[in-house]
Amino acid sequence: MSPRIPPVFRRYWEVAPKDLDRAGFVSIEVRRALFSLGVEPEVVKRAGIVCFEGEMNLVLYSEGGRIVLVVSPDRVELLFSDRGPGIADVDLVRQPGYSTAPDWARELGFGSGLGIPNMEQNSDELKIHSRVGEGTVMRATILRRKYDGR
Amino acid sequence: MTVGELVRELGLEVLVAGDLEADVHGGYCADLLSEVLAHAAKGDIWITHQKHLNVVAVAKLKEIGAVVLVRGLRPPQEVTDRARAEGVTILVSPTSAFETAGRIHRALFP
Ligand SMILES: Nc1ncnc2c1ncn2[C@@H]1O[C@H](COP(=O)(O)OP(=O)(O)O)[C@@H](O)[C@H]1O
Ligand SMILES: [Mg+2]
Repeated sequence: MSPRIPPVFRRYWEVAPKDLDRAGFVSIEVRRALFSLGVEPEVVKRAGIVCFEGEMNLVLYSEGGRIVLVVSPDRVELLFSDRGPGIADVDLVRQPGYSTAPDWARELGFGSGLGIPNMEQNSDELKIHSRVGEGTVMRATILRRKYDGR
Repeated sequence: MTVGELVRELGLEVLVAGDLEADVHGGYCADLLSEVLAHAAKGDIWITHQKHLNVVAVAKLKEIGAVVLVRGLRPPQEVTDRARAEGVTILVSPTSAFETAGRIHRALFP
């Protein structure tokens, strides 16, 4: 692989567990930051979706964590790391429709089990590392290639 | 057709006016947020029963033309405040999701 171009922009946000009222607004700030950096609209759109789904998972399922945004000339990366509880079967949570969302979250329109599939669909690579009792790290990479999207 | 023209034609209530001059080409009906994130298109009218804060974020991220709450559902004020701050249009339709979607479809594709 060719050497990585050094990052030009890096920012992080703490995400509190169960705080649904604030949830979603890291995603909006990420969107704003990407637009102001001149990132291509198609990439901003994909990053927004990835960030929202990752952010919601931190809020709904984790004991808190952080989101790191790294923007390089060739890619946008989003890192979601949390303090637990971890995921026992990473292949299972990647499956469309798998969800452990409680009823109160389902009533609010969460829990379709399509969050991680949406993250995969909108990134070029989604890596998930998890250890039960420790926590989960997800890294989404979105390449800034010329994109002739809709 | 613009959002404003649709509002006038159907007599919808405007709770928050974002860009009423935005062009509308279609719509999407869903209460599941991930469905909207996956399948709604830019400028779509989003017909839903959801009326909490995360709706504003999804609408903003997807560049939704207007959120239409059905059956006269009204969001709490923090939602309209946030929608105003983000420039997200929120409309209210008195009828069911089925009827609202039907009327919007007829207006867009006469
Ligand atoms: N950060 C996380 N920590 C622990 N479990 C998680 C985390 N993110 C996702 N999960 C698990 O993966 C499942 C699937 O997630 P997702 O695809 O986003 O669908 P949904 O959020 O609708 O359930 C969740 O229901 C939850 O059980
Ligand atoms: Mg999810």
